[in-house]
Amino acid sequence: MRPLVLAVVQLHDRTRNTCVNQNGFCPKWISDHIGDYLSPLWRHVELVVLSVAIGFALAFGLALLARRWQWLGAPISAVSGVLYTIPSLAAFFLLLPLTGFGLVTAVIVLVSYTLLILFRNITVGLQNVPGEVLDAARGMGLTSRELLWRVELPLAMPEIIAGLRIATTTTVGLAALAFFAGAGGLGEKINADITFKSNVVVAGLLCVLLAAVLDLMLVGLQRLAMPWRRAARA
Amino acid sequence: MTPVAFLGQFGDAVDIILHKRESVAGGIQVGGSEWLTLIGEHLRISAVALAIACAIAIPLGLWLGHIGRGEFLASSFANIGRAVPTYALIAFFVAYIGIGFRNVALALTLLAIPPIFTNAYVGMRQVDRDTVDAGRGMGLTGWGIVRGIELPMALPILFGGIRISAVNVVATATLGPIAGVDDLGKPIINANVYGSSGRLAAAMIVALLAIGVELAFAGLQRAVTPKGLKLDDSAAGRRRRRLARPAPLPQTIAQRGGSTE
Repeated sequence: MRPLVLAVVQLHDRTRNTCVNQNGFCPKWISDHIGDYLSPLWRHVELVVLSVAIGFALAFGLALLARRWQWLGAPISAVSGVLYTIPSLAAFFLLLPLTGFGLVTAVIVLVSYTLLILFRNITVGLQNVPGEVLDAARGMGLTSRELLWRVELPLAMPEIIAGLRIATTTTVGLAALAFFAGAGGLGEKINADITFKSNVVVAGLLCVLLAAVLDLMLVGLQRLAMPWRRAARA
Repeated sequence: MTPVAFLGQFGDAVDIILHKRESVAGGIQVGGSEWLTLIGEHLRISAVALAIACAIAIPLGLWLGHIGRGEFLASSFANIGRAVPTYALIAFFVAYIGIGFRNVALALTLLAIPPIFTNAYVGMRQVDRDTVDAGRGMGLTGWGIVRGIELPMALPILFGGIRISAVNVVATATLGPIAGVDDLGKPIINANVYGSSGRLAAAMIVALLAIGVELAFAGLQRAVTPKGLKLDDSAAGRRRRRLARPAPLPQTIAQRGGSTE
């Protein structure tokens, strides 16, 4: 899957611009072509948001199961650990005979990566709730369900958000490989001309920028989700 | 796709692992014993990168952890390490420095440094200050405290970092052929030569290799953990710990978060 020479010729006219001709870093070319990166960037966002959202829903369900039946925790961790260890590049091609090229294959792989991080952080968050707090809540007559939604989950929020942040930045990086599974994204743009500095720098920086923006949004979410923290600090 | 055809693809992938065959375009023989060469190159470049990363990150992390400076460096290292996509990093190296074994090894080294550094640092910092004070009281000084107390107690976390990096590096080395290194990624990147069965076979081997490395380093991590630090995993031990203090913070997971290709 090396970039074809033909594709390079199409990408930039080598007869006129010497900077582009030398595969250099060309601000002029970048400002002219930045628009070409918007649709891969958007695809990248789709991949990340979809994968983290599905991964969170799954991990949350699994964590609740493991809360109800404690013995489930170890096998769930083990399975998600193996999924996490399999290199995503390999995972794409292992799934290919089953799910074919496209978004589905990429999202399955990316979701499987978020599971370990999210499951462990949600579980640890729930476990870290002090026993005295639980006792006090039970003493106030809260049922098990009320205990979960009104005491345990709010107190576990810092760990849950921390897990979401790690999962999101990791997924932004991994989604750069999703083009191997035929799912596009910024990686496809990098791959289109890997020796052209301007191209590599713009696509790479957009990845980093995307990770930073999503991370900041999650920090904001944390502040919104835990108003009592701000009150305590003020 | 029917289950039979699905199994057929995997069967054919196993076949290309075991027997040489003519490449898709014809002319050359691929598969069979060639896998050993590819695995060898894969392990060689991974080992070189990991060794250099260890040589740089361990002394620096341990030293900064010992003197208690560089908190900011440690945390931003971990974050930046996660945010830069490895594929972009390799592409950056190809565009700016060129292709070849040395450049890919360098890119992999950069990838491997943050988890090792951060874990070496955190490993030293998490050592109970009371224990260090007790050591001082017993007459240990600078180097004695490092060797006798801090280092043994930091080893499990440090090896956790090396384990993360080792798996990351083995996984990412699959991108090597993009930069002209013929390792296990070759049949994946050059699927037009090896065919989809060759690509699937390579994916299977890379996956097994990564799991093997993970297990090997997990064993190593357990082996270097001092006896007194090994968690009592019996039910009674778990109950004792839960009563004694809140469960440890999810540090392991915070530091596991390096991206794995």
